[in-house]
Parts: sequence; C-alpha cells; structure tokens
Amino acid sequence: METITKNNILNIQKLRQDFPILSKKANGKSLVYLDSGATAQKPKQVIDAISNYYQSQNANIHRGVHQLSQEITIAYENARATIQKHLNAAVSQEIIFTSGTTESINLVASSFGKKHVNLGDEIIISEMEHHSNILPWQMLCEEKGAVLKVIPINENGELRIDEYKKLLCSKTRIVAVTHVSNTLGTINPVKEIIALAHEKNIPVLIDGAQAVPHMKVDIQALDADFYCFSGHKLFGPTGVGILYGKEKWLNKMPPYKVGGGIIKTVTFEKTEYADLPLKFEAGTPHIAGGIGLAAAIDYVNEIGLENIGAYEHELSEYATLKLLAIEGLRIIGTAKEKASVISFVIEEVHPLDVGTILDKQGIAVRTGHHCTQPLMEHFGLPGTIRASLVFYNTKEEIDVLVNGIQKAIKMLR
Amino acid sequence: MRIAEIENEIIEEFELFGEDWEGKYEHLIDLGKHLPLIDKQHKTDDRLIKGCQSRVWLHSELYDEKVVFTADSDAIITKGIVALLIRVISSHTAGEILNAQFEFINKIGLIEHLSPNRSNGLVNMIKQMKLDALAYKQLNSLN
Repeated sequence: METITKNNILNIQKLRQDFPILSKKANGKSLVYLDSGATAQKPKQVIDAISNYYQSQNANIHRGVHQLSQEITIAYENARATIQKHLNAAVSQEIIFTSGTTESINLVASSFGKKHVNLGDEIIISEMEHHSNILPWQMLCEEKGAVLKVIPINENGELRIDEYKKLLCSKTRIVAVTHVSNTLGTINPVKEIIALAHEKNIPVLIDGAQAVPHMKVDIQALDADFYCFSGHKLFGPTGVGILYGKEKWLNKMPPYKVGGGIIKTVTFEKTEYADLPLKFEAGTPHIAGGIGLAAAIDYVNEIGLENIGAYEHELSEYATLKLLAIEGLRIIGTAKEKASVISFVIEEVHPLDVGTILDKQGIAVRTGHHCTQPLMEHFGLPGTIRASLVFYNTKEEIDVLVNGIQKAIKMLR
Repeated sequence: MRIAEIENEIIEEFELFGEDWEGKYEHLIDLGKHLPLIDKQHKTDDRLIKGCQSRVWLHSELYDEKVVFTADSDAIITKGIVALLIRVISSHTAGEILNAQFEFINKIGLIEHLSPNRSNGLVNMIKQMKLDALAYKQLNSLN
C-alpha cells in the first residue's frame, strides 16, 4: 500500500491528509488535536461512506421488498460481517449494533442482570473503570440487592491481580473490566483476567472503547464473553457502537429494549422474539453509523493496526520523555503496558487553567476527572490533563504541546 | 456605580488588549489575585458550586440591603472569572442583581466562558449568585 514505505514506517503526513479537520485552525492557530481518547477524528473515507449512504443508498433495512431496501440490508449486514471478521468473532450474529459502549454495557447489565443476578450475588469491576462501566452495575446491584466488588490498583495504575483472585468466588456472577484505561492508559491483562474467571465459570465483560483504536483484538483468543466498544473512538461515526456477546449467553438473555424489527410474531397475548442479532436491535438502527463504522475498520486495517501500534508506541515514548523534562510535571499512570494515553499534573497549577491556556494556543487536550472520579480519589487529585495520541499525531505536535505547557506555567504560576 | 456602568468599564479595559489573548488572560489572572476572598469559616463543601471542573466557593451577605459576595477557587483563571462577576454585581440590591444580564462576558472576547460547556461552571456561578439574591429578596418581602 502506498501510505506505507518499504520499511513499514507510516507516512504520517500522507495519512493526515485523509483527515480534513486536521488542517483546521483553532483560535487562529494550527489545530493540534490530542483528544482522540474523547473522540477520534474521521478520515474522508468514513465521511464519504456516510455521505454516500444518504445520497444514494438510503432505505430502511430488514423490511422492504424494494431494491433500495434490499441493497442497504445487504450493505448493513456486510458491515456486521466486517466487524465480525475484524474481531475474529465466531459468527456474525454475535455482533450487536448499539449506540456505543455505554449502551452495550447497559444492555448486558440490564439483560444479563435480569436473568442471572440475584440477592446477595456479587459483581466485580475495577477501580480504574469509566463511570459507564460502574453505574450500570451499581444500578443493577441496587435493584437486585447484589454487591459490587472492586479490584484495587497499585501506585503505577495497574490492576492488583492478586486481589482480583481473592474477590472471585461462588457468589460472583460477572466480571466487568476495561481493556485500556481511558485515564491512565494502562493495558490490562484481560486474557489472564478472563481465564481466571472462567476457571470458576464466571463470564467476563471487557470495555474495549480505548483499546480498539490502538490494537488488534482477537475475541476468540481472549475468550471474552462480552466485548464493547464505540465507533467514534475508532475513527467512525458517533452514535454507533458494538456489543460482542458469545452466542450461548446472548441466546439466554431477554431483549433489553423492545419494538419494531425484533419479533417473529406478535399477538396481544404473547410475542415470539427474533433470533440473534435482531433480538437486541429494536427500532430502525443507525444505518449510516453501521456503514461508517465498517468503513473506519477497513481504513485502519489498510494501514495495519500493528503499524499503528508500533508508531503510537514510539510517539508515546517521545511524548513521555519530553513531558517529564518539564519541571514539576508528574505523569499519572506509569504501568508497564501502556497505550498512547498520557495523563499528567503540574505542581502549583490547576489542570483546567492549563487546558484553557493550551486551547488558546490551538492545542486540544482533555482536563478533569475523565469520568473516573473513584480513580481520581485513589490518586488524591481533582483531575489531570490528558493527552491521548493516535497515529495522525506527530512529534512536532508533541513539541508544540510541550512549548504550550511551558507558556501556560509561566502565565499561571 | 450602576451594574451597566461597571460592565462598560470592564469592556473598555479588555478592549485595550485587542486581539492579544495573552494580555487578556494575564489581566484576568491578575484580577483573580485580587478577588474578595471568602472567609475561611465559609469555605465549606456546602458553599461549593457544582458542575465545575475547578472548585469554586461562593458566599454572600446582606449589608444595608446590598448583597456582598466573596469567593475562592483552586484554579486561577476561574478565580479571575468569579472576580469579574463579583466586581459587576456585588454591593447591589437583590433586585438589581436579578436583572443583571452579564452582557459584558460576550463582549470581552472570553465568549467561550459563557457556553453551556460543563467544564468552567460559569453558568452555575451566575445561577448561584442570582439564587442568593432571590433568597434575600424573598426574605425582605416577608419582613
């Protein structure tokens, strides 16, 4: 492929041209977008796929006899197959379209919980979870009188597997942990976490929102029971996401929302629900989203997630070294296995103030608690500044960030 | 000075900086350093304004029918923003405060601070100030 040179080094400048927004100005300065962990930018291949859908493919799926409807139904199911293949899931009906990671987790907590969680049962999550992988379980526990157990982390921001082993017991109904921490960047040993739970026949849900943009995920190799992610962090559209679920679990679970498109027969006395995956996809789905997400997956596969991961690792090491050279700067999250997410605090200056001054210089970072308040409490911090890097970021942008931070410190201290 | 006059004074002050964002922010930071600070005894969790990335404590008292505000924040730019708000409406009657439009914010080139973005909490600060004023007004009508 053209974008990759002979020695497998990505031609970043060429790839950047695929992303129209990256040539935009912010506050009169060239945009330096270091907030892909919140949402990634979209390449024109994805934008074109969405635009093309509305311009020449729009019809409702799974319903019409007419040609347009049949064509888009095939395209939508092809998108599902693209995602199945990408995750190496066994069958395409294990791929459920949702509105995003949040809905995927809510679906499992609600549907799995209704069937399999009862008074006195336990659910294990971890201290580094995003609120969206805490609240659905907390709500389920409140409803059912179940107990939420939390795997603690060490000072580097790594899960305490020794403590996790102690939490697993006959009362545990499900384990729900993140693959990559959105705040710390820690890559969790999910394969080991899953294997340990499986020894006791406990299913595991993995929040993969921050993992899929950076690495190849092989669902069957991981042996995850549920795996969730969002389209928009994977260079795809907002409002679409995926729930992967093992067929054996999904078949046992009741629908989580009901409506059109998910039935075999309806009478006022009784409804017979459709088979997977439609059982979980009531209502007209985000068709453009599904098409766009498949385009995004094709896009990253063309570049190669191995190439992306290698480049991001190099960029992340460069950024870490440069940032640590700033006096008073401390990186929060120093796990051995880390994705290209760097959270930091600076002595005597508030993260929000730094974020504001960086913004005036055209640099987009995230500040605050990153929807991980319990984690912030662990570190005793009101929040951090987070730079999340992906393959379209460059070393030059890191230099702009470092200079920007130095300017902010000078103004704020 | 009337509220509108103070707002105009602030607009003129910021106009001097033109397009120089650094100058504007340095001025804002400087204003934050001169914020009428909340008394330690009032700097408690129940005075915290919710929905803000930085912590903001706000307190008000009534002197001769005028509402006087004091505040503090752990973020210096936020401190500057509160200082501006206090400069505009502190020491006015509850009725005047309830009518304040804070139009100066849009005019001093810090417009992003008035967006309903949950990060800076400006909207919540204004809301709290008006709620305080409303409470004094109702108390007054009862007496």
